[in-house]
Amino acid sequence: MEWLMWFTRLENTKPLGLLIFFITFCGILLYVYGSKERGERLESHKNMPFQDD
Amino acid sequence: MASVAIGSSEQYNYDIVRKFTIMALIWGAVGMLIGVFIASELAWPFLNFDFPYITFGRLRPVHTGAVIFGFGGSALFATSYYIVQRTCQTRLLSDGMASFTFWGWQAIIVLAALGDVLGYSQGREYAEMEWPVDLLIAVVWVTYAIIYIGTIMKRKESHIYVANWFYLAFILAVALLHIFNNLAIPVSLTKSYPLFSGAQDAMVQWWYGHNAVGFFLTAAFLGMMYYFVPKQAGRPIYSYRLSIVHFWALIFMYMWAGTHHLHWTAIPDWTSTLAATFSIMLLMPSWGGMINGIMTMSGAWDKLRTDPVLRFLIVSLSFYGMSTFEGPMMSLKDVNALSHYTDWTIGHVHSGALGWVAMISFGAIYHMVPRLWDTKMYSLKLINVHFWLATIGTLLYITAMWISGIMQGLMWRAYDDFGNLQYSFAETVAAMHPYYAMRALGGLVFLSGMILMLYNCFMTMSQAKGVASGDMAPQAA
Repeated sequence: MEWLMWFTRLENTKPLGLLIFFITFCGILLYVYGSKERGERLESHKNMPFQDD
Repeated sequence: MASVAIGSSEQYNYDIVRKFTIMALIWGAVGMLIGVFIASELAWPFLNFDFPYITFGRLRPVHTGAVIFGFGGSALFATSYYIVQRTCQTRLLSDGMASFTFWGWQAIIVLAALGDVLGYSQGREYAEMEWPVDLLIAVVWVTYAIIYIGTIMKRKESHIYVANWFYLAFILAVALLHIFNNLAIPVSLTKSYPLFSGAQDAMVQWWYGHNAVGFFLTAAFLGMMYYFVPKQAGRPIYSYRLSIVHFWALIFMYMWAGTHHLHWTAIPDWTSTLAATFSIMLLMPSWGGMINGIMTMSGAWDKLRTDPVLRFLIVSLSFYGMSTFEGPMMSLKDVNALSHYTDWTIGHVHSGALGWVAMISFGAIYHMVPRLWDTKMYSLKLINVHFWLATIGTLLYITAMWISGIMQGLMWRAYDDFGNLQYSFAETVAAMHPYYAMRALGGLVFLSGMILMLYNCFMTMSQAKGVASGDMAPQAA
């Protein structure tokens, strides 16, 4: 369990947190803008508020 | 546009939306009236009448509670219940539970106000309520979360529209914030002691305070924006993909920014720097969202000439953009050294509260009321007058506070040739007086618009025919 102590040190967890969130955010960007087909599918959801008119 | 024909078992619960809408209007008028009164007390102190129960210290949290949780909260309950049903094409999970959230929430606002006036307060900003009320808030909020998530789970649409994401984030974050900020040890029914102390307590309080702004007053109202701007404009949001990036960027960054309220205090310096850094980065998602909303009007700007409801929505986005530029700027340590503890902060808060939160709510309520009561608005002209009163009132208010605040900050830091402070505190108060009167006038103008709205909406409701209490099929939008 000694390895868990690594997480108790702020100088480790701060950059780790930054990396996790930054990579996740890059992943989201890639997901949203990475594919034309997916992009069109995502954009089609913008009409949802009008579907019950 | 044609109505959707749906069976009675699938009708939406509009009764709860109507109830919350009415209370949003009432709490708006009450809260703003108290705001104008306490602003007047600061300008003309004789208005205290030597009566302790109406002094600024007691009425200020009544004002913030009534406008944030009474007006803003009720508007959010109303719009979130309206949007989740319409975009998921399903009825709320439970009518009984929804009704409980209504009565519970109203009881909380009243109990909080009574506690403030009578002196039962935790002394935590925007969280003054003592522990029994805090427990009631937790129960009501968890019920709200169950209804909202349950309704989304039984949706008839495969995709969850982005407005619901913002509302979901708001519901989850507020639950988290409320519970941790109010951890306390009760010693009697009306008294408790917080679990945290000193600098740690200050950081918890501003983690709560800033994220209350971030998730209650921003994320949730962005949910409102993502539904009502497209609906009122009659065209879909400018970019759905941008709304997804906007959501995740905002949600990720807001939680880190709270400590910028504590610059130059006893907290660790790195937390202060971290908060300022994230505050600056927040400018990008904030403006991304604003641009997404405003660009929805691309190609249809002419509608702004004839539609005062749309004008409310678009001007609210302009104020949102302005205050989300001002906020990061004020979070810079050097700017904060001048602005902190001055009226500039009050001006900043109100450019967001009046210009963004209240105006987007006015637009949303004006959009919903004729549809909820199945009629037309009593007077479009009054909406137009309200728009100008709200805009002029907001501008008067924030201009007065900018001048007063910056002057105040400069006077506090001014030294004479001998290194002594150039001005006494009393001299700064005297210099601020004209701007306090101007602020009270701005508030009065804004309040008069709110009273007009109250009149206009209640006349609309009273002229509505054929609407029985209870359910009503969704009408054409």
